[in-house]
Order: sequence, then C-alpha cells, then structure tokens
Amino acid sequence: MKICVLVKEVPDAAVHKRIDPSTGRMDRGGEKTLNPYDTHAIEAAMQIKESGGVQVSEIIAVTMGPASAVRALHKAVSLGADRSVHLSDDALAGSDVAATGYALAQTLKRESPDLVLLGQQSDDGECYTIGAVVAEHLSMPSLTQVIKLDLAGDELTCERQAEYGYDTVKITTPAVISVGDAINEPRYPSLKAIMGAKKKPLDTLGVGDVEIDAGKVGGEHSGARWTSAKAPPQKASGQIIEDEDTAETVEKIVAWLDERKLI
Amino acid sequence: MSDILVYALHYDGAINKNSLGAVAEGARLAKQIGGEAHAILVGEDVPADLAASLGEYGAAKVLTAQAPDGLAQPVVDAMAAAIGAGGYGYALFGGGLLGFEIGAGLAARLDAGVAMEITTVRAQDGQLIAERPILGDSAISEITYRSDVGIIIGRLNAFEITKDGAGPAPVETLSFTLSPQAARARIVTRGEQRGADVDIEGASVLVAGGRGLGKKEGFQLCDDLAAAFGGSSAVAATRAVVDAGWYPYAAQIGQTGKTVAPKLYLAAGISGAIQHKVGMMGSENIVAINKDANAPIFEFSDLGIVGDLNKILPKLTEAIKAHKGG
Repeated sequence: MKICVLVKEVPDAAVHKRIDPSTGRMDRGGEKTLNPYDTHAIEAAMQIKESGGVQVSEIIAVTMGPASAVRALHKAVSLGADRSVHLSDDALAGSDVAATGYALAQTLKRESPDLVLLGQQSDDGECYTIGAVVAEHLSMPSLTQVIKLDLAGDELTCERQAEYGYDTVKITTPAVISVGDAINEPRYPSLKAIMGAKKKPLDTLGVGDVEIDAGKVGGEHSGARWTSAKAPPQKASGQIIEDEDTAETVEKIVAWLDERKLI
Repeated sequence: MSDILVYALHYDGAINKNSLGAVAEGARLAKQIGGEAHAILVGEDVPADLAASLGEYGAAKVLTAQAPDGLAQPVVDAMAAAIGAGGYGYALFGGGLLGFEIGAGLAARLDAGVAMEITTVRAQDGQLIAERPILGDSAISEITYRSDVGIIIGRLNAFEITKDGAGPAPVETLSFTLSPQAARARIVTRGEQRGADVDIEGASVLVAGGRGLGKKEGFQLCDDLAAAFGGSSAVAATRAVVDAGWYPYAAQIGQTGKTVAPKLYLAAGISGAIQHKVGMMGSENIVAINKDANAPIFEFSDLGIVGDLNKILPKLTEAIKAHKGG
C-alpha cells in the first residue's frame, strides 16, 4: 500500500496575520510552519505502517506552494515520510480551493496512491474542503474530520463527529481521508530525523510535469474571484486583565460580574 | 440561470435548522435576481410532507432523491444531476459539516467556484456576491463567481429562518445515477450520542471548558464554578475535549454541536477557534480565561483574563460562593 499525505506550509499561528491591501489576498510572507493538522495525518500514516496489519511500501508527503514550502516537506519527512513531492509553479499562484484541489489531484495521479491522508483544515484559510475536491478529481470516496481510522485489507473503518453525533463509516480504498486532531498524538522528530530530512528524495514538479491544464489554475482562472478585503464593523475590544496577583484578579472578575448583575 | 438550488439536510424526521435558514435565504436572494429557490433533500425514502414543508420557508419546488443518508458524495451526484438539467446559477448550503463536503465536491464536479464560511450574501446586477470574514474575522473578503454555477457555503447560523413562503411546495422525484466513488462508502452507525444527555441550551450561565483544562479531571473546576453560580447554570465543552472523551457530546458547543446564547459564557482554557465561536458568539457577556495572550478568544471576549485557570478558577468559585452568601 502506498500512502500520500498532503501537507501545507502555513503562517505560524503565533505570528500576526495580515491581508495584502493591493490584492485582497492573505499575505503569506513572514514566519511559516507545517500546518499542525497535517502532523496528525503523517502520524496516522505512520501508525498504519507500524501496525503491520497492511504492508505499507511508501509514505510520500506532497505539497503545492512556493519554493519556501520545501520546509514543510522537510518537516514531514522528519516525522516519517519516506520522500516528498513539491508542486511549484508561478502559474499556480492565487489558485482558489477548487483549483488547488485539482492541481494536487493531478500530482497525486502520478503516484497512484491507495490512501490519501490530510489534516482536516489548515490554520490559515480554514479551507477544510480540499479533501473533498481532491477526492472528486480522483474519483475516490472521501470523508473529512475523521478521529478514528482502522484499516483491514482494503476496508477503512472511520469514525467522526457530524451534525447529529458520532458516525461510523466503512470505505473501500483507494480513498481520501482528512483527519481531525483527536486522531492521535503526533511524535516529535528525532534529531537524527531532522538532520537527515534534507537527504531524502524530493521531486520538484511544475504544471507541465503533471498534466495540469494551465487554464484551470491560478488567480485568473479560478471560479471564485476574491475581491477587496474590507474591515468588518468594529466591536469595542474587551477589557484584558493579566493575572499577577490572583486574589486581586478574582476580585476584579467578581466586581465585573456584579456590575452586570450576572451573580 | 437565475434559480438557486438549496441543499436541505434532514435527520430523524426533521430538517436541520441551518438548512431552513439557507432555504429562506435562497428564496430572498432568488427574488432579487429574478429566479426561484428550489430545495433538494437526499436520503432513503424522504417523506413527501417533510419535503413539501420547505415551501413555507420559500422553496418554490422541492426535489427528493433516493440515496444513502448521511454521506456527502451521493448528494454531490444528485445535485450535479439537478444542476446539469439546467436553470441553476447558484447552489447554496447552510453551515454544517456535510454542506462543506458536498459544496466542495460539487465545485470539483462542475468546475465551479466555491466559497465557504459565508456570513452575508447580497444581490447586485442579477449576480450574487458572498462575504466571508477572514483572518479571525478581522477582515471581510467579497467573492464573486466567474463560473457558470457559483457555490456558496454559509457559516453556521448565518442565515435567518423566516417563513415567508406560500405554503407546501410541489415535490418532484429526481432520478440520478450514483457515482462509483459514492458506492464505495457506507454508513454503519449515525448520530451516536457519547456521554450523558445533558441540557445546556436553556442555561443562563454556561461555564465552558477546553483543552486548556489539561485533563478530564480538570472539568471538576468547571463543575464547581457552575455550581457556585447556582440557578440556571451548566457546563459546556469544546469539540476537542469531547472527541478526547473528557465530556459528553450533548454539552458540545459549535460547528457540530449546540448553538447557545446565555447571559454569561465563561470560557476556561478555550482558544476560540472559529468552529467554536460560531456556536457561542450570540452570548450576552463573554469572559475568557486562557494562559495564552495570543488566543483568538480574547479578540471577541468582553472580559479576558490571561493567566493559569488552575489558580484562578478555584478562587473564583470561592469568591462567588462568598458573594452569594453575603
């Protein structure tokens, strides 16, 4: 079985995010890190491999993004992926979620995976829809936000929380599964794995290498046009107390509640 | 191409509230762009009277399609067939997990533009423009569509439920073919409730706990604080801790849980991710305690305390007891 894990480089959550006023798009400069949800997807792949229930031949990390996104691949490899694929092309810049999913699906076709895993959402655009787009282009069944995943032969048993409680779904591979953060506790990479990550095989591909129709990707060809970013109605910001003396802090909270007749 | 097709999720003989809002919103918008709003229900033996009832919310026609319940891909197949028959310029979804999956799959199938977490849709020159808050709701992007069909996925509770329709709508059965990928997934159990059946929707004070509580036993601090408030108070939880088995699903706030609007919402160890925020942003007063000063919850709380909840909560519980006793 071959497992591909889709990963993404996202702005570090601890760093303030901003919109580029000239384009209305998120400024993706600044500090970047591997999408934390994706570490759970890599861990899920590793646990399938290590459980020994099915023979896993390879775990491949796949990303789309600018040259800097290679760092997310290095991190993915340090967490256990055997090699990585980097789709990077100026023609892809500004792609919306539908175009991005199409481009990733074309890249995945080259690998013919039996299972595609990804994190349920990325921290920057919250586009927890990409798995469904990729699955559709690959004609594979898919499920998002999975928190328990068991594999027996070619049958996946998945659990997830949906609108009315927990659902259990059985799916035949090949399939695209996005996982939630409750699925596992990702391991920390060893120093050796971090040092060795840059030596693992990395394929860098452009749109021409994976038969992407350039007329279907990029900001100019995406079906949804994201226009101006405007400021929302301003809400008065709340009061903030830094707790130094807890007795004093509690006194302030009680006074605040009392003033509003909440106690 | 000015009709709007609205997906309506149903379960256990009732239509989902977010879907009712989406049908009403679709009807309002369709009127402005000179079309009709049609609803579609997909499942096993959808009751005709349930389907017809969507007419009261403004659907001019309701399509029903026979397919397995609870999964997205059969709905993609059904909606793609309906849209393929012509007339639809937009597909609209209320907030909810399945809506995200269906909308995204449909976008891929139809080569259509899609936008999610939409809070407002307006009509202009016969087209729809969707608004999406981004960057922790600190900015709003506008989305227009250049594809033949535009797909709009609402944020939870974004659309108001109104009954402006003329009464029961005509119901038509849609025939379509299930795709091979849809046939490779089947739901074994649906809607399993985990943990005790607690009622949080009627409480005027909610003490909500998140991952910052550190462990299951940490909820004792929330239970004690809620008890100190007395009266109509209860304890709620985030999805992360419910998934981890620390607290019952029935007490969960947010995207796949409950929507609440108590007088006081006290969030302990909750970062304030959008999936949580959408379920509690209507609360009258929001107090947040979190050790991370960068937590998004401080951007929408009325009183924020940056500190260790293990130190603050017990003392707060005692102080409230003393205040009530005094």
